[in-house]
Amino acid sequence: MIEQIDLSTVNWARAQFALTALYHWLFVPLTLGLTFLCAFFETIYVKTGKDEWKELAKFWMTLFGINFAIGVATGIILEFEFGTNWANYSWMVGDIFGAPLAIEGIAAFFLEATFFAVMFFGWNRVSKGFHLFSTWMVAIGSNLSALWILVANGWMQFPTGMAFNPDTARFEMQNFFDVVFSPYAISKFTHATTSGFALSSFFVIAVSSYYLARRRHVTMAKRSIAVAAVFGLVSSLMLAFTGDEAAFIDAKHQPMKLAAMEGLWNGSRNAPVVAFGIVNGMKQPGDFQDPFVVEFKVQGLLSLLANRQAGSFVPGINDLVFGNRDYHISGVTDMMKKGKLAVKYLAEYKNAKKAGDLSNASRALAEFNKYKKYLGYGHLDLPKESVPPVAITFYSFHLMAAVGTAMILIFFLYLVFTAKGTIDRTTWLYPIGILFFILAYIAGEAGWIVAEVGRQPWAIQGLLPVKMARTDIAPVNVKLTFFMFLVTFTLLLIAEIKIMLKQIQIGPKGGEAK
Amino acid sequence: MIGSLDTVTLQKLWWLIGSVVGSLFLFLTFVQGGQTLLWQLGKNETEKSLIINSIGRKWELTFTTLVLFGGALFAAFPKFYATSFGGAYWVWIAILFTFIVQAVSFEYRKKPDNLFGSTVYEAFLFINGTVGILLIGTAVGTFFTGSNFVLNEYNLVRWTTPWRGLEAAQNIFNVSLGLFLVLNARVLGALYLLNNIDFSGMDTFKTRTRNAILSNFIAALPFLLIVLIGLLTMDGFNVNPATGTVSMMPFKYLKNLVEMPIVLIILLAGLGLVIFAVYSAKFQKRDSGIWFAGPGTVLVGLSVFFTAGYNHTAFYPSKVDLQSSLTIFNASSSHYTLTAMTYVALIIPVVLAYIAYVWKLMDSKKLKAEELEGPEASENY
Ligand code: HDD
Ligand code: HEM
Ligand code: HEM
Repeated sequence: MIEQIDLSTVNWARAQFALTALYHWLFVPLTLGLTFLCAFFETIYVKTGKDEWKELAKFWMTLFGINFAIGVATGIILEFEFGTNWANYSWMVGDIFGAPLAIEGIAAFFLEATFFAVMFFGWNRVSKGFHLFSTWMVAIGSNLSALWILVANGWMQFPTGMAFNPDTARFEMQNFFDVVFSPYAISKFTHATTSGFALSSFFVIAVSSYYLARRRHVTMAKRSIAVAAVFGLVSSLMLAFTGDEAAFIDAKHQPMKLAAMEGLWNGSRNAPVVAFGIVNGMKQPGDFQDPFVVEFKVQGLLSLLANRQAGSFVPGINDLVFGNRDYHISGVTDMMKKGKLAVKYLAEYKNAKKAGDLSNASRALAEFNKYKKYLGYGHLDLPKESVPPVAITFYSFHLMAAVGTAMILIFFLYLVFTAKGTIDRTTWLYPIGILFFILAYIAGEAGWIVAEVGRQPWAIQGLLPVKMARTDIAPVNVKLTFFMFLVTFTLLLIAEIKIMLKQIQIGPKGGEAK
Repeated sequence: MIGSLDTVTLQKLWWLIGSVVGSLFLFLTFVQGGQTLLWQLGKNETEKSLIINSIGRKWELTFTTLVLFGGALFAAFPKFYATSFGGAYWVWIAILFTFIVQAVSFEYRKKPDNLFGSTVYEAFLFINGTVGILLIGTAVGTFFTGSNFVLNEYNLVRWTTPWRGLEAAQNIFNVSLGLFLVLNARVLGALYLLNNIDFSGMDTFKTRTRNAILSNFIAALPFLLIVLIGLLTMDGFNVNPATGTVSMMPFKYLKNLVEMPIVLIILLAGLGLVIFAVYSAKFQKRDSGIWFAGPGTVLVGLSVFFTAGYNHTAFYPSKVDLQSSLTIFNASSSHYTLTAMTYVALIIPVVLAYIAYVWKLMDSKKLKAEELEGPEASENY
């Protein structure tokens, strides 16, 4: 379809998407969780009527507002970037992909935008109860926006509820509910929001630990920790559970991603999880190099996790590229052949239709229908293109999973010492809490790298390679905007961090009264 | 019932919905107008704070309406979304850029340690209110004057100038529309402030605000005239309903107004409301003008979008290849998606209702200077 593919435009567009999305994700998770924490704090205030809880809620809201502004700033560019950098994508799948984005605007962003103003400026203008309601609405609204955007993203990972229309050469929606309730949509929504909850709990814990270490605002810090530790513990348990679910559905629908996550080149019935490893970055499909320079494996665990059945077969990268008859896996090489046929018959169909040759058109269409499932593969040039960058995917995944497992313990410790009433003396725990706040950020970004890099080369899994998705535009434009956003977002980030640190230093109102 | 609507009806309906969202956005640009008035009307810190805090409680709504405008067009007219955003690349990037810097400015302007200092954030707000709105107007102008693109048989957009949309700023009609929107936003901004702020004890500030309404309106008139005369006299992009072929037609938009008299009425009513608002604010010393000028702007916006899209007109025309032009029929989503989205659109009235309710609740008391210094001061912008 695109005769001369200028790869550098694609790569700049990819880099730009990665940049802008990773920036957006620096602020979004904190919004997702901190709104709920603010709502909890305010609920306690309304229930108990104690002004300390009001001051406490207001303090965290101030920090939330600082984060929210830049979250919005980084979000708008993503919304339009599908059009600017991925015009072909937008046209080919806009029928399906545009819907959740529009719904996000109607059903979620307006909730946030409307009630945000009440939350900040309404303390003296509306009743206590309505104010509390507004705070909850902001929390619900921001999490609804996560829902809809993740429905969109989930559909890219697992396209469903649609059909290819050969006349328009685009994908059209057939079933809205398949799109909304796809297993990917559900798994992404639950996992990504709980990761935001966990991260936000660490934010509250980290700031409060800093106060405890300085012996400032001690009562307020202890109260904040108590709520955040409970919320964090529950969230992190759900996070691990939903993460396991994510990997489980990857095994079903994106086996190549799963293989890359674990650096599994040759499939087996007793597939290992690599607890720790150094990836051999030179390895190519079909060669005999060792996949790892160093590795510590737990044999059989991957078979258990991926298929929930011990001793089950997990395909490796080589099986997926070259096929594996014993397990009825047709490889990329095979699918590429069929895909090329699909491309050929689609062109024949179009030409015959244009020439008014109906019988040839319907013959070509019938042939096309046989192979249309593989259309996307027809646009690959080499089988190895179907393999995502293994090392990045592997490391990102392992980092995320390690942090995710460890954070449960940290929340548990904070909770235990809070329950014992000694949290304000457990000084050794504070640096760990602060460290885990940073690690949670890294884990979240790593998670997206797993999800997005791990699905390369596909923009839509199996249907549309990224190189076909782009806009017809000279690379210099995209390169320029890349640097524009890099500089702007970086400056805004620095401003945000400085403002945030200053506000933390100033601390909640009501001052040092313990 | 929705399930039985045919494709053409749905396409028209979604153009209507898009037009409503776009027109509401134009109303809500009173925020941007207020941003550009900051230095002119606010002569000391208290006055500036009042301005910022008055419009600052609404900026998210304007912003979100713009986002929804993009999202709704993506879902309902994906070919437009792909062609315009991918094609007129630099115009949209420039517009978005001004909104990125706007989004942080209210919140960061007054906070200590904000890296740039408050002047820079105020400059961001000014740029958003001027450049941002000017370019939006220019982009809307191309609905009538056409753009430089060609679509191939797979509907991939190729732009024929390296300026990627910025060339639209060479056209007097487009630029006049942009300047009109900027000045109209300032009229709306001043009207909004007049109504929203409690000016007791600040008479000169109030007079200044009142005067800004008239002066900006007078400044806007020449551009409005250029736009109206241009619209009524220019050749337009006509679609042959039988074949779908696009061709140039003299006085196309005048004909659209004559053939759709309701649109003409909407246009005139809208202009009348704006004029009345300015008149009553300046000469009758009333404060509620925004409630006339705002709906007036919505009506004018609707008439512009209706003229561009209905009555067999190409709403996103290509000057260089007429047959690549987009119409609401060839650019839309499938029947299924339009139907599904129409069900979703049923919640729009609910959304509008809660926005209106909260708006009323929050603004029933006017904004007082004391409020910005009182015990809740730390929450303010
Ligand atoms: C604080 C952040 C965080 C933490 C500790 C974890 N995750 Fe995660 N993970 C995310 C944050 C995240 C994320 C950023 O939210 C992602 C990116 C895409 C998505 O939906 O969620 C994600 C994606 C993601 C994916 C890819 C989904 C796909 O195919 O698209 C898998 C398989 C996992 N996670 C699995 C896990 C496991 C087994 C964890 C161990 C407890 C874990 N995650 C902890
Ligand atoms: C906010 C969280 C997200 C982060 C951090 C993120 C991260 C990334 C990264 C790292 C890439 C680059 C992959 C590569 O080129 O190797 C990428 C690409 C992309 N992502 Fe995401 N992503 C996020 C959310 C989304 C969502 C929600 C969508 C869709 C709704 C999406 C759509 C895309 C698209 C279209 C590309 C470009 C094509 C591609 O390279 O695959 N992303 N993203
Ligand atoms: C890559 C695709 C994405 C696009 C196009 C996008 C778009 C946007 C836009 C336009 C805004 C500003 C909305 C406003 O007017 O208030 C925004 C903010 C937001 N987005 Fe995204 N977003 C993306 C990814 C995500 C993801 C993956 C999540 C959550 C899982 C998310 C959650 C939010 C939230 C909670 C906000 C509110 C502002 C903030 O929290 O910082 N977005 N997004």
